[in-house]
Amino acid sequence: MKNVKLITEAIGTLTINKLRTGLAMLGIVIGIGSVIALVSLGQASQEAIQSQIQSLGANLLTVNPGSQRTGAVRGAAGSETTLTNADAEAIKTDSAITTVSAVSSEINQRAQVVAGKNNTNVRVNGVTSIYASVHKVTMDSGVFITDQDDAGIAKVVVLGPQVVSDLFGEGSNPIGQNIRIKGTSFRVVGVATSKGGSGFLNQDDVIYIPLSTAQKQVFGQTYLSNISLEAKSADVMTEAQNQVGYLLLARHKLSDPTQADFSILSQQDILNTANSTTSTFTTLLSGIAAISLVVGGIGIMNIMLVTVTERTREIGLRKALGAKKNVIVRQFLIESIILTFTGGSMGIVLGILVSYLYSLVNKSTFFISTPSILIAFVVSALVGVLFGWYPAQRAANLQPIEALRYE
Amino acid sequence: MVKSIIHLSHISKIYKTDVVETTALSDISFDIKKGEFVAIMGPSGSGKSTLMHIIGALDTPTTGSYVLDGEEVSKLTEDNLADIRNRKIGFIFQAFNLLPRRTTLQNVMLPMFYREATSSAYAISKEESEKIATKYLIMVGLENRLTHTSNQLSGGQMQRVAIARSLVNNPAILLADEPTGNIASNQAEEIMAIFQKLNNEGHTVVMITHESEIADHAKRIIHIRDGKLVSDEKNKKQKIAKLGIKQDTL
Repeated sequence: MKNVKLITEAIGTLTINKLRTGLAMLGIVIGIGSVIALVSLGQASQEAIQSQIQSLGANLLTVNPGSQRTGAVRGAAGSETTLTNADAEAIKTDSAITTVSAVSSEINQRAQVVAGKNNTNVRVNGVTSIYASVHKVTMDSGVFITDQDDAGIAKVVVLGPQVVSDLFGEGSNPIGQNIRIKGTSFRVVGVATSKGGSGFLNQDDVIYIPLSTAQKQVFGQTYLSNISLEAKSADVMTEAQNQVGYLLLARHKLSDPTQADFSILSQQDILNTANSTTSTFTTLLSGIAAISLVVGGIGIMNIMLVTVTERTREIGLRKALGAKKNVIVRQFLIESIILTFTGGSMGIVLGILVSYLYSLVNKSTFFISTPSILIAFVVSALVGVLFGWYPAQRAANLQPIEALRYE
Repeated sequence: MVKSIIHLSHISKIYKTDVVETTALSDISFDIKKGEFVAIMGPSGSGKSTLMHIIGALDTPTTGSYVLDGEEVSKLTEDNLADIRNRKIGFIFQAFNLLPRRTTLQNVMLPMFYREATSSAYAISKEESEKIATKYLIMVGLENRLTHTSNQLSGGQMQRVAIARSLVNNPAILLADEPTGNIASNQAEEIMAIFQKLNNEGHTVVMITHESEIADHAKRIIHIRDGKLVSDEKNKKQKIAKLGIKQDTL
């Protein structure tokens, strides 16, 4: 018997019993859709975290003062005074340093800043002009700290967007206005664009002032909080780490690297930590997806078993009227193939749609994982076809009289 | 001499379970000739249903021979039995057994859909089968019900759809199993009238029933009891049913 005729008959049966068909398909649609959506949400989150860390700056190395191990006692972070302007200058000029393209000397401390009646506690960064390119700071309006500002110990400040809304109100333009940092008045010359992040990673709740002003006028210290280095490429990160490390050891008159009074942290280290965190997260989501696949599969199995069992009398009648066993089995197989494949395609569309909406709402990257689509589709299709075929096979094996009597 | 359509000789059917053997039919022999109207009667448990299954090629006898329209049926495989059922037997069931949610026309076309399974030469086009189905639906007086679904029909109407369905493949016999068991008595009269009309046109009708009032419409009555043939005689006082009622009210 030709399959074309059986396909027409199957489509007829499926369209006549809209509710039954709809319910069977719903199971498949939800099963496949949820797996695709969950996996893609997981990957989008991972992507988001990675790009946030990337936004801290590319190929970045940070030299922090303080030892990795100074006997039993370790001072509070930032309290060490081992990094100086001269150290930074040496890294910039020493001929042994071949892999570093930019050096940014930095000071950072928290301080209370005041504008009119408003005040807030922010991180005050004393920086030079190179900071903007090393840390990927872009300007929303105005200008960043310039070399002239640094040379002239100018009392100018660049605000992070969070600080603008805290001190002046959201959307206002503070350029030309004055704020006070530890009693000293500063003129606002620029506002940085938002970089996102929250908690300790919040990169918007900061202000930038010239390094010289920070050292001489505000905090009264000569040492640096840290030095940020940009390596020439991602491949020479380790080399740059070593070159700078040996230079500083020599400058600090230390022969044993374990006695170093500074540490060099590469951005890769941060990224690795973050990656291992997010991969735990993705594993969790994959686990949830796998469970929903199993639940969806059981749903498909149930509805297929029920619909075919419910139709035992119909199978009996068809057999009595002359349908052979293999014709019955093929007819039901074709029905379940149409059902699972239509439902599966709808599930894929739904999953992609949900992921897309999620990315729109969260302004995150729209990410679709092909393996998850394949796995979800293959598993559901197999379950659907198998459990459409198995009860049909069983019913087709019944004597027509038994099937006709079936209640 | 008129040709035998059904030839049963020494038919026995024994059901075996692990523990017991039940003899449903023992040594039944009779012939039914073309153009006969036979009622097979018996109380429940008499074996008349088993006999109907064997005549209908739904089941095979344990021993004995059954020749239907010149073909030996008793030793056929399941698939060959399906062919025989499709080509030679028009079934009318007590519970109508129409496909739910399908139109009257689609239901009547169903046996023709499976003609292709027997052999491709025997297959007919959809248009052709629609024409044939319509013809038989007009014959049973349902020309106004072609696109109705079975839940929109009365019991009598459903049974008339089933009769139309039984006729479409031009079978050798019409086999009716308690055809009036599920319908009101005035409508039962109508069904009997259709059977008598078909019989007058030359169709061979075999009807299984336990109601003697219904059996009285046949020309010949066979009694079965405890799996054995009790009597087989001509019905001398055949009741003639009237096709009198306005058909749309059925």
